[in-house]
Formats: sequence, structure tokens, C-alpha cells
Amino acid sequence: MAERDRILKIRDLKISFKTGNGSFQAIRGVDFDLYKGETIAIVGESGSGKSVTTKAIMGILASNGHIDSGTIDYAWYDENTGERHERDIVQMSKDELQKEIKGRKIAMVFQDPMTSLNPTMTIGKQIMEPMIYHYGKTKEEAYQRALELLNEVGITDAEKRMNNYPHQLSGGMRQRIVIAIALSCDPYVLICDEPTTALDVTIQAKILELIKELQVKKGISVIYITHDLGVVAKVADYVNVMYAGKIVEKGTIDEIFYEPRHPYTWGLLSAMPDLDTDDDELYTIPGSPPNLTQEVVGDAFAPRNQFALNIDLRLDPPMFDVPGSNTHQVASWLMHEKAPKVEMPESLKRRIQRMKKEGAK
Amino acid sequence: MDKSTLKYIVKRIVMAVLTLLLIILILFTLMKFMPGSPFNVEKLSPALIARLEAKYGLDQPVFVQFFNYLKGLMVGDFGISLKLMKGIEVSSLVSSRIAISFGIGLAAAAVGTAIGVVLGIVAALHKNTFWDTLATVVAVIGVSIPSFVFALVLLLIFAVQLNILPVLYDVNTPIKSAIMPTLALSVGAIANVARFTRTEMIEVLRSDYILLAEAKGLDRGTVIRKHALRNTLVPVVTVLAPIIINLMTGSMVIEKVCGIPGLGMLLVAAIQGNDIYVVMAVAFLYSILYVVMMLIVDVLYGVIDPRIRVGKGD
Repeated sequence: MAERDRILKIRDLKISFKTGNGSFQAIRGVDFDLYKGETIAIVGESGSGKSVTTKAIMGILASNGHIDSGTIDYAWYDENTGERHERDIVQMSKDELQKEIKGRKIAMVFQDPMTSLNPTMTIGKQIMEPMIYHYGKTKEEAYQRALELLNEVGITDAEKRMNNYPHQLSGGMRQRIVIAIALSCDPYVLICDEPTTALDVTIQAKILELIKELQVKKGISVIYITHDLGVVAKVADYVNVMYAGKIVEKGTIDEIFYEPRHPYTWGLLSAMPDLDTDDDELYTIPGSPPNLTQEVVGDAFAPRNQFALNIDLRLDPPMFDVPGSNTHQVASWLMHEKAPKVEMPESLKRRIQRMKKEGAK
Repeated sequence: MDKSTLKYIVKRIVMAVLTLLLIILILFTLMKFMPGSPFNVEKLSPALIARLEAKYGLDQPVFVQFFNYLKGLMVGDFGISLKLMKGIEVSSLVSSRIAISFGIGLAAAAVGTAIGVVLGIVAALHKNTFWDTLATVVAVIGVSIPSFVFALVLLLIFAVQLNILPVLYDVNTPIKSAIMPTLALSVGAIANVARFTRTEMIEVLRSDYILLAEAKGLDRGTVIRKHALRNTLVPVVTVLAPIIINLMTGSMVIEKVCGIPGLGMLLVAAIQGNDIYVVMAVAFLYSILYVVMMLIVDVLYGVIDPRIRVGKGD
């Protein structure tokens, strides 16, 4: 494998929000890297901080949100000299972020295509807008490029669609338009925030395929945010499992799906709907995520964790490297050498066996 | 304008004409049921009244009177005033006042909308700051204090103290005379439009497509001008129609306070004097205004909001 080129390096990111009930810590120290051409997925329950993390990268945090600490280093190569530059997005001014990063180097695809397009502007104008704005293209150039983009995202009748309004298109088509908009300025990173959640299943697969295809073609890196492990399995190279504003387990897709170590990941995998199971009931993780307006003492997952140790209630576990892997890391005291040996639940073991067999086929 | 839009407008006009016919019928019937007669003066003997009624055709069955009235309307004859200005044609009586009333009403609507929209947007963009509070206070005051109070305040300041505007409406200086009533009338509109615009703008700014516009890397000004403004204005237009109509027709109190020889004053006098054709004409005029305004607003929606544009979907 060729040398991996890191374009995004996030370290110790902490974000809090001020609300009427005081401030709460949405992100409590997140680290991850993104390499060129690779896809990472951030998985977790609602409110675990997946979207907030990516909104911080884009600089579109809600106005009551604040980055308390941490760095988001973004690397790129000068178009002319080929020189490598690296900048911390957190330190960038709002103006610089808007002119250099947003939409230009990092673009985003949102969750609900039914509401993410401006209802009173034609499709064409919405696709052409960022190109004209950022690159000063003429209307004709932008128009031609927009037609190309529409073809690339699989929209037929591109010329006619340019004059259409969003309400004249189906949900799947609208999401293709949103993707076309995201790609219009040739970004290096594409953030997909639950891009298929609002679409029906048959369209979901097509959109995921489209994103994958475009990613390979253009060599861009993709960050998927999702709570759907099915999506993760289809698209991701690396997975970050997030819980209560922290990453609790990270690894390659095989490591997370076949050798999960964190009880929370076990819960997520067990809670995936499955046709081949003997269980009558769908597994759910007991309890609900902690209230982050109060400071969390110890491991945030401990109250919901049947394997919780005494130390979990007092000290937050650090990231432990899983022996024999340089990609797999787990934040759980169970990984400590002195911890009692705990096995994943039997039913999950059987399930993973089944998944492995299917994967091998 | 494409064919389907044209078809829609023609359909709406036909509907409007039918509506107006129905309104005339209802108005006419109502007038007939009203007690009293334009000749209800103590000096006149019953025989004399009967002769007068026969002269103007008021002794005939109601439906005959109705068709005679309709026939007159077709050629623009609104009848004559039977009481206020005996023998003068209603059309000339009304037309001299239309310009004054509607002029002031429209001016107030224009001032009210312009200032209201700007205030609302400023408030929304600076939500929960001093400017927002200021705009809200202005809006609350504007809504809760009646327009004639403002008229009196303006009167006191500009006419009595500063002496730069006339106290009463002067036909010879129509523009100068219209300033005070226009301002007084517009306060309510400013307040209403500002409150509504603020709510809508805040709603729009929270929407996903604004987030997408920001994610495109557009600056704040462009996001607001190109993406937020138009979507804010669609619902604002809906409240505009009734506000404008209210201003154009509902200025009776202001007309009284400022001594404006407008339609409102005429209507009140005509109702008091049982001057049926004058009442009919003014009420009919108001109805036309309503119907036409609604038509304009509906067509305007389509211009601003493509989702409402008729018969163009695939």
C-alpha cells in the first residue's frame, strides 16, 4: 500500500453549548484522523455528538456552540508548487473559514434532502452558486460544469432539471442534487451526515453506491455520520464508535464488526435488526445516554454497562491499544491488564460467526 | 407568463366577477331590509314620500329594483345620491374621494411594509439582543395603541408645536396634508409586518437549506439576501393583503380626526342618512378592492414561491 496521506487530524476536541439550563459538554475530547481517499464512519446514538463534531470541522456550529479546546488540522497541497500546507481550522478566522474551507475544501451532504434545498431557487442556480462565488466562474462555465455534475450524479435530462425547482423532484433525486452541489467546488473531504436516513431503502443503496463511486473517481475522503451499522458495513474503511461526546472504540471495519471489544459496541451490534436470529425480541441497550449538563464522573457508559467495574464509576478510561493491531483502540477499563476477563454475549458471538460466513461468501 | 398561468388568472377573474355579483345581491337585499328611508324627514307627508319613492323607482318590487340597478351598473351608472347631495350622481361623489382615501391607504401600506419588513429582519438577525428588544417594543406599542392616538400625537408635535404641517386636511396641499394621516395609519402596519417578518425570518434561518447555503461557504450577507429573504417574504405577502385592504378601507377614524374628505367619512354619513345608492357604491367599491387584492396576492405568491405556481409541475 502506498503511503497514506493524512488530510485531517483532530486532537482532543472539546465543544460545549450554552443553553437556558446552563452549558453542557457535547464533545468531551475527540481524536481521529482522516486519510486521503479513505472513508471513516462515526457511529453512535442520537445526541452522542456525531453531527456536532463534523459541524465543527465545517465551521457551522450553532451560534451557542463553542470549541473549548483541541485542534482540527487540515492539510492540503498547493496547486502550483505542490507544497504541503497544514492549518488548524479551530484557529482560523470566520472569514477565512468561509472563503477557504467551507464548500471549497470540505463539503457536506445533509440528512434530509426534502428540506436541504432552497425551495424558491432553481436547481441550476443552486449548483452554480458556489462555483461562481468561490472560483469566479462565468455563468456559462458554471452552467456547463453543473450539467456535467448532474450527469455524474446520475440525473438524466440534466438540461431540463437545471430549470426545475426542488419540489418537482423526488427525494432520491434531491439528494443527488445535494451531492452535486457538494462536489461543485472539487472538495477534498466530503462529510455525509446521515445521507440516506430520510430516503427509502431502495434509494439508500443507490445513493451509497453513488457516493462510493464518486469517491473513487475523484480520490476524495469521506466522513460518514450514521447510526445505521448497515450503512457503515457497506461504505466505511474505518469506524469510530461515539458515546456521550467521546470515541469509545475505533478500528478498521473488520475489527469493529468481527472483534468488537467495548460493551457499547457489543450493544450496538446486538441491536442491529437481523433476520436469521432465534430471538423473538430485538435487543436494545438498557437505559439512556447521560445528561451532559452535569459533569460526567468516570466512564459515561458505566450506568448502562452490565460489565461495569468499580473503577468505571470513578475514573474515565483512557484509550487502550488492542494487542496485535495498530488501528484498533478501545476506551474501556476492561482492556486493562488487571481487569477481569469478560467475553462478549453468546448471542452476539453467534451472530458475528454468521456475519463472517456471509462476508466470506 | 406562460399559458397555464394565464388560464389560471382568467379563471380567477371570472370567479371574481361572479363573487362581485353575489355581493351586489346581498348588499341590495340588506339595504332593502334596513329600516327607514332616505326621505324620512318629519316635514314630508306620507303622500309626498310615496311620490318621491315612485319617482326614484323605490316603490317597485325588490327584484325589479335590483335589475334596474344592475342595468345601471353595466353602463357605469351608480345611481344618484338621494340624501347627502341630492341629485348628484353617486359616481362623481365617490370618485372625488377615492383618490384621497386610497392614496393615503396605499402610502401607509407602502411605508408600513417597508419599515416593518426592515425592522423584522433586523430583529431576527439580532435575535435576543438590544435591537431585537427595541423592535419588539416598537411592535407591541404599534399594535396596542390605536392609530388615532398617534394621529393626535403627530398633530400635537408637527401641527401645533412645530407648525410645519396643517392641522386639518387641506385640499390645496394634498401631499403635505397626507403626511400625518399616512404616518399615523402606518404604525399599526409597521408593527404587524415587523412581528410577522421577525417570526418568519427566524424560522427560515433555522431551516436546513440555510445551513446548506452556509456550508457552501457563502458569506452571511449572500445567504440572507439570496436564500433567506425570498422564503421569508412568501408568508409575509399573505398577511400583507388584509393589512393593505384594512388601511385603504378602514381609515374612518383617521379621516375624522384629520378632517379628510375621504370614502370613510362619506360611508358613515350615507349610512346615517339612509342614502342607499351611496352606501351601495362604497360597499361595492370595498368589495372590488378585496377581490382584486386577493387576486393580486395569489398571483404574486406564484411569482415568489414556485411551489404555488400553478399547473407547471412535472
